[in-house]
Amino acid sequence: MTDIVDNSGVEDGASKRYLRTARKRSIIVFVMMAIVAFSVLLDVSLGPGNFPLSDIIDVLWDENSHGVSLSVIVWDIRLPVALMALLIGAMLGAAGAEMQTILNNPLADPFTLGISSAASFGASLAIVAGFSLIPYAGTLLITTNAFGFALLASFILFATTRMRGVNIETMVLVGIALMFTFNALLALMQYYSSETELQKIVFWMMGSLMRVTWSKLAICAVILGICLPIFMWRNWQLTALRLGDEKARSMGINVSRLRIEMLILVSLLSAVSVAFVGVIGFIGLVGPHMARMMVGEDQRFFLPMSVFCGALILSVASIISKMITPGIIYPIGMITSLIGVPFFLSLVLKQRKRSW
Amino acid sequence: MLKIDGLSASYGKKSILTEISIDEIKPGELTAVIGPNGTGKSTFFKAISGLLKGTLGEMVLNGDNLRELSSDVLARKICYLPQSVNTTAALTAFEVVLLGLKFQSGWRVKDEDAKQVEKIFAILDIDHLSDQYIGDLSGGQQQLVWIAQAIIRSPEMLLLDEPTSALDLQHQLAVMDLLKILTKKRNIVTMVALHDLNLAARYADKVLVIKDGKLRAFGVTEDIFRTDIINETYGVEVEVQTQPSGTILVMPIRSKRQLRADLL
Repeated sequence: MTDIVDNSGVEDGASKRYLRTARKRSIIVFVMMAIVAFSVLLDVSLGPGNFPLSDIIDVLWDENSHGVSLSVIVWDIRLPVALMALLIGAMLGAAGAEMQTILNNPLADPFTLGISSAASFGASLAIVAGFSLIPYAGTLLITTNAFGFALLASFILFATTRMRGVNIETMVLVGIALMFTFNALLALMQYYSSETELQKIVFWMMGSLMRVTWSKLAICAVILGICLPIFMWRNWQLTALRLGDEKARSMGINVSRLRIEMLILVSLLSAVSVAFVGVIGFIGLVGPHMARMMVGEDQRFFLPMSVFCGALILSVASIISKMITPGIIYPIGMITSLIGVPFFLSLVLKQRKRSW
Repeated sequence: MLKIDGLSASYGKKSILTEISIDEIKPGELTAVIGPNGTGKSTFFKAISGLLKGTLGEMVLNGDNLRELSSDVLARKICYLPQSVNTTAALTAFEVVLLGLKFQSGWRVKDEDAKQVEKIFAILDIDHLSDQYIGDLSGGQQQLVWIAQAIIRSPEMLLLDEPTSALDLQHQLAVMDLLKILTKKRNIVTMVALHDLNLAARYADKVLVIKDGKLRAFGVTEDIFRTDIINETYGVEVEVQTQPSGTILVMPIRSKRQLRADLL
């Protein structure tokens, strides 16, 4: 008698296929998290003075296990830089993902709306004129100025878009206007600056992880700790936003409020990162793209994946920046683009043509 | 039951709808909304679903005054499917429909949720589309996915703006058959904006005619599909016939409006 319950040749139902894909995506996110952790460990272990990885792990476990010098190298020099790469990469990845979501444009990045130009102008103003937007900034003059101007640009953006209705076109147009304005002001500062000041401005704009301190790390961690849960809490709404404003509104989503809310958080993430490490472009654009290619745009996977992709790119860039010429650390912003672009292009070319 | 009293809507200073009143549309009834292009059909749907700011008048659905409800409560009661939804999101058809189920709930997708989505795909016979990205589908296939998303939301009222415009004849009939059964089975109010008058005549229990933002006629299908009403509404000459089977057929004869072909 033939088996009447013959499932051979019968395809799984759509729900099974979906749940299998969802599980696969969760695994991809966890694997990426592990790769990021490994990359951070590698970043800590590599540098001038070849210490075995086991010694580094020992020192991370017990600060004084291998003497004071290794303890200082690991805890005061390498670990903060490696963690800064992790946190800033994560912040830019998250900010890029949500900027692309609220602007409904995969070509957007956290700096699309002029935040980096404003921050650069703020930094140059501090370098050239010693002007401070925030009083008593002291040694943090450049950082606070960059942060202050980044927030100022965001505030102008919110105020103008609120007046004209929060739609994508207004946001992008105002953002572009801000970017050109602050770029022109930055050029003016460069024009009036001395040779040394100009060098300082250019170096600041290249981006560097070497300006890290533990307090800056704590600030980054807190900001990320505030923003990520809010992004995750809004995950379905943010996913629905990609179906277009009218569709999202018909699902009961207050699109304007959601957009403003996300813009505030994205601005905060971008302003903090640009103030602490300078302009590191590319990550906020490419991190989310890599994430989208691997896990799609369901925010439950897309957001964490963008965070980890951003963190990985910057962490690997941090490793490479000290490997090119031993003893010299190249500006991270430069390295990020140099290593990221070929990798990204290979991903794009491997992908079959997609509508997005 | 839906009752509308003096509904007016405007975009800024431009008035689109003027004083539309409907005594009642009972649950289980499918109403076709017809009228020329740019006459206010979509605005009418948006006004009912609370998507427009400048609306006046009263709208009551099953005892609830719609103007007093918050946007998320409204979205649970009313599902409005816009005329066209363009998206390039990296979301599969399955995820798009799932969104319709999960957009106001917790972030975890349970097995039952996925099963429910699968059932809707089976109902619409589009299981083969479930793993494809929404942007990769043809216009007609996308329209079926949006209809699936509308159905899975299980609203008290469905407002569908030309849901069959991109569908072939077979799918048009199949979707309208489904909507008719769904409306009766779930006892909901369904309004469908249609340009195809034969489709409207075949499936609608009631017909609502809007022209220049005003309600021109409202009633049971047999009463509305009269030569004089159609001719006056659309500026055409038609012949309305009732087949022995009871089906109403609208046969266009000519348009009263001539385009300037002499300028070609």
